[in-house]
Amino acid sequence: MTLPAIRRVSGTALPLRGDDVDTDRIIPARFLVSITFEGLGAHAFEDDRLSLKAKGETHPLDDARFWGARILLVNRNFGCGSSREHAPQALFRGGIRAVVGESFSEIFFGNSVAIGLPCVTLSRDSVGELQTLVEGAPKSAFSLDLESGTLVAEGKTFSVSIPANAREAFLSGHWDGTSMLLDRFEAVEELAKRLPYVAGF
Amino acid sequence: MAATLLSKVWDLHSVRKLPTGQTQLFVGLHLVHEVTSPQAFEMLRARGWKVPFPSRTVATVDHIIPTLSLARPFADAQAEEMLTSLQRNCRDFGVPLYDLGSLEQGIVHVIGPEMGLTQPGMTIACGDSHTSTHGAFGALAFGIGTSQVRDVLASQCLAMDPMKLRRIDVTGRLAPGVYAKDVILAIIRTLGVKGGVGYAYEYGGEAVEHMSMDERMTLCNMSIEGGARAGYVNPDAVTFAYLKGRPAAPKGDAWERAVAWWSLMASDPDAAYDDRVTLDGAALEPHVTWGINPAQSASVTGRVPKAADAAPEARVQIAEALEYMGFAGGEAIAGTKIDVAFIGSCTNGRLSDLREAARVVKGRRVAKGVKALAVPGSNAVRLAAENEGLDAVFREAGFEWRGAGCSMCLAMNPDRLEGREVCASSSNRNFKGRQGSPTGRTLLMSPAMVAAAALAGEVTDVRQVLGDGR
Repeated sequence: MTLPAIRRVSGTALPLRGDDVDTDRIIPARFLVSITFEGLGAHAFEDDRLSLKAKGETHPLDDARFWGARILLVNRNFGCGSSREHAPQALFRGGIRAVVGESFSEIFFGNSVAIGLPCVTLSRDSVGELQTLVEGAPKSAFSLDLESGTLVAEGKTFSVSIPANAREAFLSGHWDGTSMLLDRFEAVEELAKRLPYVAGF
Repeated sequence: MAATLLSKVWDLHSVRKLPTGQTQLFVGLHLVHEVTSPQAFEMLRARGWKVPFPSRTVATVDHIIPTLSLARPFADAQAEEMLTSLQRNCRDFGVPLYDLGSLEQGIVHVIGPEMGLTQPGMTIACGDSHTSTHGAFGALAFGIGTSQVRDVLASQCLAMDPMKLRRIDVTGRLAPGVYAKDVILAIIRTLGVKGGVGYAYEYGGEAVEHMSMDERMTLCNMSIEGGARAGYVNPDAVTFAYLKGRPAAPKGDAWERAVAWWSLMASDPDAAYDDRVTLDGAALEPHVTWGINPAQSASVTGRVPKAADAAPEARVQIAEALEYMGFAGGEAIAGTKIDVAFIGSCTNGRLSDLREAARVVKGRRVAKGVKALAVPGSNAVRLAAENEGLDAVFREAGFEWRGAGCSMCLAMNPDRLEGREVCASSSNRNFKGRQGSPTGRTLLMSPAMVAAAALAGEVTDVRQVLGDGR
């Protein structure tokens, strides 16, 4: 089954500063005690939000100026730590449709591709420029185009990077990979037979 | 031509090049647990897919186990629903389940090796980032997300991008009181939490060659904390000796053929690597984390850094960590007061870990006001420890002796920190809120160091405890 292609994500953006933001922060483990992903969106960054609130500060997710944002602006090594797909699921279910950052942990990146959430990279300076832009002007219009590999923010064009395989998966609608893996199943069975440990040595 | 274990195993398991450019990789062993599988099984139902290789799939329950009482139904209704759902899914799809109450139940990364399921030359996947543990056997083992769990359940395959390989040599022999945990904390401290992104790590050198399988598992377990998706040690005589006689290990003539094949899987001596790093193992001291990611650690004789002394780029992050942890910066890490001591997890919940910790606490008492938990990584570990009387040693010292599970490593069960408690922990992550309290604080260290901290009520150099007349 081929899914709808994902070529473009447009909307406003949400700045989330910080390096090495781990998946325990994106969605604390206690919210994983469930057999569905439903309702995760409301709990994204819950502990970070509560701790800021306690100090009288506001997390960007609780800042009404950024409500409705579809593009998340993050820094280095975003999504490190646990392999929980609940992390991109929580962001996606919270309305995020693309993440723009300096770099991503590999498992987070792969999980995001698998659920149709493109993650693209930009230099530290450019991400910082965009975060500053949005903090000053939250309604700035963003448009991410995976086909041309560009992000247009308030008329200024940035060149973004995404691994060729992931870009191809989004553009071709192959981002939900199971069907593709089942396409030549006889080849899988052939290979399994050749593996000594499957055959029992 | 000389080849690495990574390239040999990768090539053997490559089914084909996919239209996206990725490689379709066959998964030789798929380990399943209750947290990351329910949505995946649901997706199989929705699409009418079956599990084509149920015999290459094994499930257990670990994350949500209440280690105090295994009575059903669990007090947490959602945890109960997760276990019920796993039982139903395994039944419906023909997947073997080592269920609650079975002798084999335990943390998925502890039971795979101890049953002999984990073997050299395999590809292994599990919906858990610490799947890298199985690399200790010379397997290529990846942590995956739920959509990929669905992929593997339905097709026994993963769509993967190639990885680069970094060889990490740990030279010399570790000093007494210094463990595999200290080696991996030192590696992550040196290379950083994203140093391994895009790489698999191959660990070797004299210190690694002399490690037991338990220690190699600790080492490989935390590869992901350094950003590496997989980490492995080439299979050798230590590996084969561990596997011999395990329930799922080959028997009779097949054993000899298996050892011959496993030996061929090891990296060739003159193989080329994308990068090489060497660490002086003999010079290592016990390590303790002071921050909110596993790279933020210091030797137990060292000091917590000051943000002002750091490179400008690192200052914000260090300041954030110090604020969260309640450190001023510049103080000695030894002497940091603790409230809780946790020995367990897939990193350090094996029999040798419990033995080392028991050696430290034997005949001594946990400091007043410290809550101390010893949680075996599996039922088999628990029974073996009880046979040796380790449970009594821990209890007499004032530890609680619990049932097998993930417990306070990530607190998906009732074992949690309260408020801003500080926990000396043998687990793998010191992230903000990791141990169940949004403001709780974690100091990662070896099980022996946790034991020493439990006795002293503060971070202390285990070498001094071990040195006083034993």
